[in-house]
Amino acid sequence: MIELQNVHKAFGANKVLRGVTLSIPRGRSLVIIGGSGTGKSVALKCILGLIEPDSGTITVDGKDVHAGDRDAFLARFGMLFQGGALFDSLPVWQNVAFRLLRGSLKRPKPEARDIAIEKLRRVGLKPETADLFPAELSGGMQKRVGLARAIAAEPEIIFFDEPTTGLDPIMAGVINDLIREIVVEMGATAMTITHDMSSVRAIADNVAMLHDGVIKWTGPVTGMDNSGDPYLDQFINGRATGPIEAVR
Amino acid sequence: MSLTAPLATLGRTILSALALIGRVALFALSTVTHLFRPPFYGREFLHALVQIGWLSLPVVGLTALFTGGALALQIYAGGSRFNAESVVPSIVAIGMARELGPVLGGLMVAARVASSIAAEIGTMKVTEQIDALVTLSTHPMKYLTLPRVLAATLAVPILVAVGDSIGIMGGYLVGITRLEFNAAAYLKNTADFLELWDVVSGMIKGAVFGFIVATMGCFYGMQSGRGAQGVGRATKSAVVAASVLILAANYILTELFFSA
Repeated sequence: MIELQNVHKAFGANKVLRGVTLSIPRGRSLVIIGGSGTGKSVALKCILGLIEPDSGTITVDGKDVHAGDRDAFLARFGMLFQGGALFDSLPVWQNVAFRLLRGSLKRPKPEARDIAIEKLRRVGLKPETADLFPAELSGGMQKRVGLARAIAAEPEIIFFDEPTTGLDPIMAGVINDLIREIVVEMGATAMTITHDMSSVRAIADNVAMLHDGVIKWTGPVTGMDNSGDPYLDQFINGRATGPIEAVR
Repeated sequence: MSLTAPLATLGRTILSALALIGRVALFALSTVTHLFRPPFYGREFLHALVQIGWLSLPVVGLTALFTGGALALQIYAGGSRFNAESVVPSIVAIGMARELGPVLGGLMVAARVASSIAAEIGTMKVTEQIDALVTLSTHPMKYLTLPRVLAATLAVPILVAVGDSIGIMGGYLVGITRLEFNAAAYLKNTADFLELWDVVSGMIKGAVFGFIVATMGCFYGMQSGRGAQGVGRATKSAVVAASVLILAANYILTELFFSA
């Protein structure tokens, strides 16, 4: 279980998170939606410890994310970054097997390569892709490699940051389906941030809407269309008028 | 208000300069402490050694060759004013080994390596590759900074030694072809006057300059702002800072090594 309690974070005068309280039960998939610049990525990075919140607590299974062994903590996570964040200097298979080639989860190189190729196959990429470099791949393929890297060490918790941004609708659908399948198959706890409503409907068990630095609405994805919340209603229907200002 | 405004601006500038010096010092200290704390990334170190050392050899070698040749011509022209043309071989050798080899070698490496490190790490930061490293339980200081700083600290002294030899050869070639020196006499003169400390002091300077170059490249890369402009600014700052620090460190080291 991941829990955020009254989390605040400001960058100078810009108060991004103003008291976020949220919980993600083990094995469930939560999607955080909200406009650009509302602090979705900041919330995610606070959980991972990439950004330290100004106040509030963040716990994973009851343990503070900033206390204890960081390596052991991070070994429980996999993350798909918005742009893939693949390492340009490494071939695809070494990107996928990065965690398996060093640190506490280190395996022999041939075994790590086999696992990488298996994970690439899982996300629909051929073994020949393994020896290419990230710059030789299309945007969709890079996302798949990023996804393969996120699941390579079979993490308990997976984060997806804008998994379909920049992809055509068909490729976005493929990535959404893959994420859903993998999360269900692995029984992982998943947290996704996105603007893409088709992703929300494909991936989420629960949805949380972040606006003005606080959670405006949270509930099951099935309750999203009849929530009665004017913010959520405006967002999911893409209306220019409503409580959310179009120009932020 | 108008009277205090310039003072306030001056104060802010000084404070921000001091803060920058503090951040650079802490960054350098943190890099050094990682040298004594595993894990170590040998492959990244070897890769950095090739990138920084081996691939800088052509630019350092060409710089030294032309500098050695020009130095021979200048010393000959200057020396001829008081009938001291014969000092050309010894002054070229001492000048290259003590000053020009390390300083010009360091500056050329700064131009080539500090810029490349800052651009690479800056781009990695902008594209979230540094965040990805952290989520993959890999410390960016250990994986990116330490291998580069260590490689530069070890490679630049060797580059300096090679550059010294090529520079002296440049002076020799000009001496025997343009200035009509006897080849054997030129070499004997060089060997007689060049002392081991001349070469070693230059190599020590090279190690310090290598440390400065890679540290500045990594520091500004890690501090890079967003977008192409942020990476461009980081690259420029890394080269400027590394160059200025090399010249300042050169003066300090020369005082330490050679002042009576």
